Amino acid sequence: MPLWRRLTRGIRVLVRPNVADAELADELQHYVEQATEAHVARGLPDDEARRLARMEIGNVTIVREQVRSGAWEDVIVTALADLRYAARGLRAAPGFTAITVLTLAIGIGGTAAIFSAVKPVLFEPLPYPHPDRVAMILELRNDGGRNSGTFGLYRAFAERSRSFEAVAVFKPWQPTVTGDDQPERFEGQRVSAGYFRSLGVAPMVGRDFEPSDDRFHGPNVVILSDGLWRRRFAADPAIVGREITLDDALYTIVGVMPGGFDNVLAPSASVWAPLQYDPSLPAQGREWGHHLRTVGRLRAGVRMDQAAGEIDTIGRTVLNERRPVTYDPATRFTVLSLHAELTRGVRPALLAMLAAVALVLVIACVNVTNLVLARGVHRRGEFALRAALGAGRGRLIRQLLTESLLMAVMGGVVGLGVAVAGVRALVALSPPGLPRAGAITVDATTLAFGLGLTTLIGLAFGVVPALQAAGSDPQQELQHGSPRTAGRHRRTRSLLVIAEVAIALVLLVSSGLLLRSLERLFAVPAGFDAAELLTMQVTVGHRFESNDATHRFFDAALEAVRRVPGVASAGFTSQLPLSGDRDEYGAQFEAGPSRPAATFSSFRYAVSPDYIETVRVPLRSGRLFDPHDGPGSPLVALISESLAMNRFEGDDPIGQRVTIGPAGPYTIVGVVGDVKQMSLALNDSDAVYTPAAQWRFADRVRSLVVRARGNAAALAPAVRQAIWSVDKDQPIQRVATFDDLLAASAAERRFALLIFETFALAALVLATAGLYGVLSGAVAERTREIGVRAALGASRRSILALVVRQGMTLTGIGVVAGLAAAAAASQTLVTLLFGVSRLDPITYVGVTTLLAAASAVACAVPAWRAARVDPAITLRAE
Amino acid sequence: MDGPTTDVIQGTLDMLILKTLSLEPMHGFGIARRIEQVSRGVFKVNPGSLLTAFQRLERDGLIDAEWRQTDNSRRARFYRLSRAGRKRLEAETADWTRRAAAVARLLKSEG
Repeated sequence: MPLWRRLTRGIRVLVRPNVADAELADELQHYVEQATEAHVARGLPDDEARRLARMEIGNVTIVREQVRSGAWEDVIVTALADLRYAARGLRAAPGFTAITVLTLAIGIGGTAAIFSAVKPVLFEPLPYPHPDRVAMILELRNDGGRNSGTFGLYRAFAERSRSFEAVAVFKPWQPTVTGDDQPERFEGQRVSAGYFRSLGVAPMVGRDFEPSDDRFHGPNVVILSDGLWRRRFAADPAIVGREITLDDALYTIVGVMPGGFDNVLAPSASVWAPLQYDPSLPAQGREWGHHLRTVGRLRAGVRMDQAAGEIDTIGRTVLNERRPVTYDPATRFTVLSLHAELTRGVRPALLAMLAAVALVLVIACVNVTNLVLARGVHRRGEFALRAALGAGRGRLIRQLLTESLLMAVMGGVVGLGVAVAGVRALVALSPPGLPRAGAITVDATTLAFGLGLTTLIGLAFGVVPALQAAGSDPQQELQHGSPRTAGRHRRTRSLLVIAEVAIALVLLVSSGLLLRSLERLFAVPAGFDAAELLTMQVTVGHRFESNDATHRFFDAALEAVRRVPGVASAGFTSQLPLSGDRDEYGAQFEAGPSRPAATFSSFRYAVSPDYIETVRVPLRSGRLFDPHDGPGSPLVALISESLAMNRFEGDDPIGQRVTIGPAGPYTIVGVVGDVKQMSLALNDSDAVYTPAAQWRFADRVRSLVVRARGNAAALAPAVRQAIWSVDKDQPIQRVATFDDLLAASAAERRFALLIFETFALAALVLATAGLYGVLSGAVAERTREIGVRAALGASRRSILALVVRQGMTLTGIGVVAGLAAAAAASQTLVTLLFGVSRLDPITYVGVTTLLAAASAVACAVPAWRAARVDPAITLRAE
Repeated sequence: MDGPTTDVIQGTLDMLILKTLSLEPMHGFGIARRIEQVSRGVFKVNPGSLLTAFQRLERDGLIDAEWRQTDNSRRARFYRLSRAGRKRLEAETADWTRRAAAVARLLKSEG
């Protein structure tokens, strides 16, 4: 009952404050009247009685305050009042509020967005049980590079290794589904039976692959991803046992993976089928081809280095026993945790981004400190006045805390928006190679951390003026209408501005270096003429049983495409440069009079005769293919310039013989220019070309390359129709111009650049704003001094110079510090740079100029204001 | 008035208000005056403390408040002891008497 009463009475006051106030005033009034009457009754005159009564009762306002403060709701009432007052104060200083909130938002939101993106990739364990036991088995070449694994070695590891609980190999698989719906090509994987056991995840519905599934000519079985099961089969609970047509063959569905299964080794895979290689390991089969990747799960308690030692021993032993031709005897083997392997490529970029955003956060904190300090100096008079009017120290601090918190909350809300938008943008713009992009969400911890940090700083510095006001003599403070004692603060703020300028310069240098790298990268010749080239990938199903049928389809399709108006020439290739395709074979050269036999890992292109002319790879010597190089004629091959140099060291390779993987020997009839296959940044240009008709099998997946007269992209629909006019059931994919492919091949660098540019811009803006704030504050504080100078005959020019000199001195010191810091920090960027030194003078000079220009603008406004100070007005104001 | 006036001893104001109201409902000034008169001017009640105490006692359910017309047709807030207030007054009176007697005995023995 009393609790209830307390609550309802309090709420009544909160809801209708005026009524409660009026009642209290009424009661007091009545009290005064009664007291007066009592005095009158004792014989005092009216006004004397009233005076006495008033004196007894004292200050009515204070009595009311006292009564109000006795109730619980008073805490809320004053908090609301503080909030209202704070809001009014912030509204009265819209510039300060906007800059502070924006600074907070950039700091909080940016940090949260970047950390959110980086965390699942770099810092979170993989989403598997005992993720530290999942490891990749790697083959290292003599030159330090890596080879893909072979089925032969996988068999040896699986049979002999004691370190692994499960070992599996896998390769990409892109089957085409046909049936009721449109033909569709799935991303998938061919895996050995232990694949899911290696990762430690079992199907949710049905069963895992068994060794009996993974045998030569074994049954056609598949496991589906949860997504595919829902999309294509409406989450049918009786899915196990249903059939699906993949590549014109019937497959029985045996299982569905759980929805949360994050297949980091092939994130977009949605179907899995057993590998079904021949365990007798025929020497000329795919069993010894380097095209597989090997993953395994360590037994509990086995360390990585122990496993690596054992794997290396097993691998070398097998190479000695069997001497497979596809292996260099000097190959070594090792083991690397899956997490390390996944992040290997992106780690430097992500760490650099993390460092960049940390710097932005530091700048944001510095800026907030600066702004709040500057505002505090201006408000010292206000606080002194309030202290003089009876506000206690606690009350003043509470007021300021309310104001800081209000600002922090606004910054936090806007920052949350920035974080959400930032994460969306990051995911959308992230390069395709970014692992675990699907696991990226706004990280609440980081958001809270950024909010907490900036708020703490705001609070700490916001309270300074209140403490000063409460601690000092209000009278003295009030007399200092225009502060003369701001020197110490100005020094602190100057130091902060120097720090800001230095940090901004570090970010500017970093993004400048990345920009220059990207420029250099695009200046690298791809090895062919990419302008006005249209490409698309054409896949034939297994309906084309024989190689002849496949060849006939592609020949007919090519004929049809050539007839399309606007097509200058067209050709097919088994793999397309800069498209992500990677098809490598060992090019084996026989021992010659002056050099021993050797094998070079080379890209293999099976091409139609006019492919090389269509993409305009230059012929260096010998001849190109012609239509006579058919199935019946002598085997001929072209090799790349780099391969010719590596093998023949300047001697003429024409007429020499080369065996490519299981096929050959081919006679070399020509040497062509080098082409970038994997990336513009990599020098991996050893390549062999054979006529498609002379390869061991007919490639079922080929890329069409069309040289257009005019706009290449506009030709796509007509070209596609031309292919479908030959056979309408063949899926066509990856339609792109070569310019798109070039851009995509630099996606990772471009992504890093974009982030750095954003941050560098934010840093530049924040630093400039900080400089402007300090200078305009200084000018405002020195208005009187400037007025005196002007009165004593200082010219406008000299006053202008005074302010500009102050600003540029700060900038100059900041730049010197920043250049040193940037030179040190650029060390972390080295792996992201291409063709440009980390101490590239053009970059350093360029960004310094940019920063100086921005600072000059920041100086100019306050300087102009100072120069316009009218001595008469300032002096009169004294 | 005889002798110096003092503020009401901390914590006893509530009891004095309850005791005063046990006779009849009264308004604020009446209560203050009654406490002064009965204590023969020893206790002087300050209106801030008094109104704060009313608010507290009312919220605790020990007294009830209502607006009434006075004789000269002026609106005044009258307070009345509730049943819970009467109980509390009995308890506090007993407690106070016990303590006061104990203190008095101690002071006497000292003297």
